[in-house]
Amino acid sequence: MSFITTLIGTIAFAILAPIVGCLLAGLDRIISARMQGRVGPPILQPYYDVRKLIAKDNVTVSGVDGVYMSAALVFTAFAGGIFFSGGNLLMSAFIITMAGLFFIMAAYSSRSPYAELGAGRETVQVMSYEPMVLLMAVCFYMAAGTFNVSSVFGLSAPVILYTIPAFIGFLFILTIKLRKSPFDLSTSHHAHQELVRGTTTEMSGKTLAKVEVMHWCETVLFLGWTGMFFIWGGPLSLILGIVVALAAWFFEIWIDNNFARVKWQAMLRSAWTVALVCGGINIIVLMLV
Amino acid sequence: MGYASKSPWVIHYDASSCNGCDIEVLAALCPGFDVERFGIINTGNPKHADIFLVTGSVNERNISVVKQIYDQMVEPKVVVACGICACTGGIFHDCYNVIGGVDKAIPVDVYAPGCAVRPEAIIDAVVQALGILEEKSKALKESKKGA
Repeated sequence: MSFITTLIGTIAFAILAPIVGCLLAGLDRIISARMQGRVGPPILQPYYDVRKLIAKDNVTVSGVDGVYMSAALVFTAFAGGIFFSGGNLLMSAFIITMAGLFFIMAAYSSRSPYAELGAGRETVQVMSYEPMVLLMAVCFYMAAGTFNVSSVFGLSAPVILYTIPAFIGFLFILTIKLRKSPFDLSTSHHAHQELVRGTTTEMSGKTLAKVEVMHWCETVLFLGWTGMFFIWGGPLSLILGIVVALAAWFFEIWIDNNFARVKWQAMLRSAWTVALVCGGINIIVLMLV
Repeated sequence: MGYASKSPWVIHYDASSCNGCDIEVLAALCPGFDVERFGIINTGNPKHADIFLVTGSVNERNISVVKQIYDQMVEPKVVVACGICACTGGIFHDCYNVIGGVDKAIPVDVYAPGCAVRPEAIIDAVVQALGILEEKSKALKESKKGA
């Protein structure tokens, strides 16, 4: 039963998440442009970009980066499917990390110094956000009594009431997970020079298109995690969850447009400090109460 | 209209320009003209780019660089020579080290003369390049079908 649910969820996520994610990415570019006093591209611009990339000729350095990116896409779909079909939050977090590891492998496989540098930085990003993701899942478990996401609909009060510090910590690492400035170390959406293009330097055509689609799916999944904190009982809370997720997403765009990139040391230090303080305090309080 | 011309990503290389044309190229790409409205993005990566904007003439030192960037770009791709130096060598055409226009190194699709080239001329040239990009994209599709 649960396997079938997950499978259906995965297929539904693989179809719907790219659509929603593409629209979000288009909106992101318009909002960013408006924040900079520009008009910005049409909302479907990310879709046009991906369609163009798919039509481009096949050029690859290693021959395997496309395979790695396909694996990353499949794992992203699984992680989304598990989460949105009400499955295990911890499993979803682990599997999306698996997708991230395949992305790193795709970058390493080219052996280009720029791509390797980007892959190294992406590894540091994984190291930075992973503790907080795990502590967030633990706090969710302590508040809801289970890792199962579907349990939130049976709660009498939303999880956020018990996990405010953990949620703040999660918002902090959300910037790293979405690869937004000031934590866009591995590959930047705005600057396009070799060093800051990092992981995607040697990728082109279809492989680069897969990176874009994976990013759309990741955005939808992480916003789902954000909304999960605010959902309980009735269907009205579902709307609250979506509104909060969109507000968090707008907040991320605002941060993206207002802060300069930091060094990786600052990212690692701040992310681990936030994880220890926010996650640690939250867990201790939940244990005592 | 296909997707190739809806999302043209540009790479800009200064061969041996006096920087006059470069300033105009960047002016056309910058928020003032906001060409991102048409999906144009200035990439620094030849593997991501569709349109190659070259300014300045080709000389013995940079001819390999120009060829290198062109070779790294993925088909379909077009080249726009921006400024009279990039078109023919301009006032530097008889310098001892200057080979000539960009077409001495790589095939050029659109010439945009001027000293310095006007942003309007660059935009016109890019629009013309989009048409050629579209044709090349169709040709590539046909050749893939045939293969």
